Amino acid sequence: MQKITKEMLIDKATELLNNGTVSLVLGWKKGEYDYDVTPGVFESVEELKKDFVFGDFSAANLSKYLVKKTEKLEGKILVFLKPCDTYSFNQLLTEHRFDREKVYAVGVQCDGMVDIEKVKKIAGDGILSVDCNGEDIVVKTLYNDDMTIAKADVLAERCANCKSKKHVAYDELLGESGEVIDSNRFDEVEKLEKMTADERFAFWQNELSKCIRCNACRDACPACTCEKCVFNNPNSGVENKSPANSFEEKLFHIIRAYHVAGRCTDCGECSRVCPQNIPLHLLNRKFIKDINEFYGEYQAGAEVGSRAPLVDYTLNDLEPGEVFDRGDENA
Amino acid sequence: MQRIGVFVCWCGSNIAGTVDVKAVAEALKSEPGVVFSTEYQYMCSQAGQDLIKDAVKEHNLTGIVVCSCSPRMHEATFRKTAAAAGLNPYMVEIANIREQCSWVHKEMPLGTEKAIILGKAAVAKVNLNAPLTPGQSPVTKRALVIGGGIAGIQTALDIADAGFPVDIVEKKPTIGGKMAQLDKTFPTLDCAACILTPKMVDAAQNENIRIFSYSEVEAVKGFVGNFEVKIKKKARYVDETKCTGCGACIEKCPQKKVPNEFNLGMDNRRAIYIPFAQAVPKVATIDADYCNMLKNGKCGVCTKFCAAGAIDYKQKDEIIEEKYGAIVVATGFEPISMEKFDEFAYSQSKDVITSLEFERLTNAAGPTAGKLLRPSDGKHPHKIVFVQCVGSRCASCAEKGKEYCSKICCMYTAKHAMLTRDKYPDTDVTVFYIDVRTPGKNFDEFQRRAVEEYGVNYVKGMVGKVTPEGDKLIVRGSDLIANKQIKIDADLVVLAAAIEPDKTARPLATMLTASMDTNDFFTEAHPKLRPVESPTAGVFLSGTCQGPKDIPETVSQAGAAASKVIGLLQKDMLLGNPCVASSNQLMCNGCSSCERVCPYGAISYEDKEFPGPNRTVKVRRVATVNPAVCQGCGACTVACPSGAMDLNGFMNSQIMAEVDAICK
Amino acid sequence: MQMKEYKPLIVAFCCNWCSYAGADLAGNNRLNYPAEVKIIRVPCSCRVNPMFILRAFQRGADGVIICGCHPGDCHYTSGNYFTRRRMAALFSMLDFLGIEKERTRVEWVSAAEGAKFAATMNDFVEKVVSLGENKRLEDLRCKR
Repeated sequence: MQKITKEMLIDKATELLNNGTVSLVLGWKKGEYDYDVTPGVFESVEELKKDFVFGDFSAANLSKYLVKKTEKLEGKILVFLKPCDTYSFNQLLTEHRFDREKVYAVGVQCDGMVDIEKVKKIAGDGILSVDCNGEDIVVKTLYNDDMTIAKADVLAERCANCKSKKHVAYDELLGESGEVIDSNRFDEVEKLEKMTADERFAFWQNELSKCIRCNACRDACPACTCEKCVFNNPNSGVENKSPANSFEEKLFHIIRAYHVAGRCTDCGECSRVCPQNIPLHLLNRKFIKDINEFYGEYQAGAEVGSRAPLVDYTLNDLEPGEVFDRGDENA
Repeated sequence: MQRIGVFVCWCGSNIAGTVDVKAVAEALKSEPGVVFSTEYQYMCSQAGQDLIKDAVKEHNLTGIVVCSCSPRMHEATFRKTAAAAGLNPYMVEIANIREQCSWVHKEMPLGTEKAIILGKAAVAKVNLNAPLTPGQSPVTKRALVIGGGIAGIQTALDIADAGFPVDIVEKKPTIGGKMAQLDKTFPTLDCAACILTPKMVDAAQNENIRIFSYSEVEAVKGFVGNFEVKIKKKARYVDETKCTGCGACIEKCPQKKVPNEFNLGMDNRRAIYIPFAQAVPKVATIDADYCNMLKNGKCGVCTKFCAAGAIDYKQKDEIIEEKYGAIVVATGFEPISMEKFDEFAYSQSKDVITSLEFERLTNAAGPTAGKLLRPSDGKHPHKIVFVQCVGSRCASCAEKGKEYCSKICCMYTAKHAMLTRDKYPDTDVTVFYIDVRTPGKNFDEFQRRAVEEYGVNYVKGMVGKVTPEGDKLIVRGSDLIANKQIKIDADLVVLAAAIEPDKTARPLATMLTASMDTNDFFTEAHPKLRPVESPTAGVFLSGTCQGPKDIPETVSQAGAAASKVIGLLQKDMLLGNPCVASSNQLMCNGCSSCERVCPYGAISYEDKEFPGPNRTVKVRRVATVNPAVCQGCGACTVACPSGAMDLNGFMNSQIMAEVDAICK
Repeated sequence: MQMKEYKPLIVAFCCNWCSYAGADLAGNNRLNYPAEVKIIRVPCSCRVNPMFILRAFQRGADGVIICGCHPGDCHYTSGNYFTRRRMAALFSMLDFLGIEKERTRVEWVSAAEGAKFAATMNDFVEKVVSLGENKRLEDLRCKR
């Protein structure tokens, strides 16, 4: 399998900018450190050369930004999408959130993204650079010798449990598109399900009490593109931060999880961006797992225009009381 | 800020017996927005209503809370009171402190405490109420009747008589339906054709009635008063306007081996055919499945013999679009398939027939010209066994039969037995029955005559098995009264098959968004008080599509449906329900979730311009609700991820306020 | 402080056409059920936004029950089918978060089932009382 380099992406973007196919490029931009990669918009070849990066930390799912970026766009925008990002891309199309005609999508082969927190746990603080050479990553730090770590050990949670290497949408592909993977992504949810109600409550109380209500999960989530978010208080004067009321403040995560239920593609951005490392994806996966079990397998974003399970029904669906009678429940 | 008046009703002692009404009025005085609070013995009385009206004027009230009986009882009353006092009627909320409080709780402190909380919830809601005005929509003064049996014909005739145009859509080449296949009708034994065919002719000649035969409803859009319907006129390959119905083509058609559905396959017809002599319209139809010309281009005989030049092999299905103010469903019934009832040997012997087949065998226009002859050998049967309730009242055999009583079988079986004994006194007739159910004018007398005057042998019990042996059918059954097993070597066995709704009814119900029960019978808006209306406004029910019925009942229901249609069509404008959904387009994402859960197709999308910062304009896809189509269920409000969709009268904020008031 | 008998707070959402009428019928027939049950009228069970349920729990409700027409009998043909899915997902999630499953229920009560309405409420309240006060959903984050 060929390795996809940042140069290949820059070349592709340069070509599309130069031949007039697109007027903007949505990609990844380097920050102060190698692992500080953020989404970035590039208007020229110069900008691309200066700041564009692609590598083990190009984790951000860019599809969400198409909603705002295509709004007033004349012409087209180029977007790079990893396989899991393409599901969000399709889901947004299903919800008519942007105009497909305004987007040139290039699918990028993905070999998994690295979680810098996991690297820090092994290599310690003071990381100067992180380089990847295939199976291993080499970490240079201020205080220690160079260190080589197996990439598999520091893969982001969602990559270790990758659900699909298949690109479900693109105009053009860089590298290869793989298959949908029969992953173990629900194992963690199952473990929780097997606990007692008290244990589960203790688990969530512990996790959710870390929340600082920074809204990063909401801001990164590709399913959260509402014109006006319920969690914003229009009277607060502090856009995006202030809660609308104490109810929404106190039950924020469950309200948010329900809002995206049936629409969440399990891209894992919520957990990735959480500064407190709350495993928020478990809430979404619980809904996905339940929906799969109750109403048949459903992957949001697998195809454009699919009918989400919560806006659908059959005459013989299980009763709400029956959800507790399933075998794996602690009685 | 609202100025709310609270009116606590004693309902005599009904409420005041368990609820301290004075304490309730006092407690609610201090709720936000409340400027006046009082109690009275009977709020719904004229004096009580006057008290409300006076208070509205005196205290400049903007909202009213009545703590009284169920809103299902008097909400409308108090809305009228409010309107009479110059308030918007939708500024009234009811706290149900009778049915859901004083009547179910016995202790005064508990009842009082709960009544106060229910009152607080109502006050919290009214604080957020907004005046609502029902929308108006015009009425298209034309009705559509789907199904051209006796139900549809009678409905159409009655509507047409009142002066409104009506279209009948019939899927078969002729109107007439099941009644046209019958021989005699109970309890008077007049011939079905003699009473039906004049009505068919009346319908054809009525200038207010158009008949679309060999046609089906393809799509229905719109709402009460404003339905838009697509009707598919299937190609019959004969120009209806030219065909004179002379029958020359039929005589010459070389394809003679087409099972004749009108005679239930007991004889054959040609590939070009007119179902029966009195068909309306009396126009030939080519059966494309059998016509050699249409199948492989080799024939063309009918063209040669048609003097009118009516044959048109190139005819295509035609789609007719028409607007209607009201739709009547009259899709009728079919006998159920006997396939799964092999214990009666229906598939093994030609001499085991259904009652409808028996009708054709005794009908002068039937395959035997009215002579009762066995289908297998054309011999006259001397021993006939009738089996009632085949597939009816069959709770234990739901997979093949029906739980319900088909209602008509007892009477037609008595009729068959009686007519057989009358015409062929040398015939032994035995009827097996579970119960004989013959309520109805002159019905029981009729059945008794079959037994007493005509000597029909009624056996209470069910037939266990029918076995063909030689040219006999061995019928084994039990006689529950004599408590013994019976064996009869019969020549003919007639099965009273259960009836079920026509197969086209279910997809039609979906198109009409009309509800059905689990047996696929259309549901009425109220089983007792609104029996000919479906829950979907503007859709009415006539005949057996709503449940098993005999002809007299069908005709009276047909007339009732017609009168409801006439009542609707004579209005120029319809007032809508203002408690409908509406989308806050500033918040709407245009994601289509709401549209997917709307059972009425009330939601559509438009690209709309919105002002952005710095005088820019942003075009966004947003949802709009057609208030005339929306019925106000609220499914969309929950499907909406952005909270843009809300329901007038039951807004998110209002329900949240109620929750808060209760949980405080 | 005086020891007070624990009284649960129960919110019942009832659809206008079937269950609210069923509750009225329970009243007509004078069938007792605990006064702690407070009914909120909604046009259809499908009008019940999970947010209302969460709100009730957050504000101190000990149990929330949703009543609608029997499947197949919805006044709006399909509303309760959506309710069924939404509530199945929501209740399972609440259970996942450690909220006792006995605190949530969906029951189909027709306009003719006054007796069922009263019996359902009696049973539901009894189950909730045996659990005691709901504190878990007051603040999911439980900041202390």
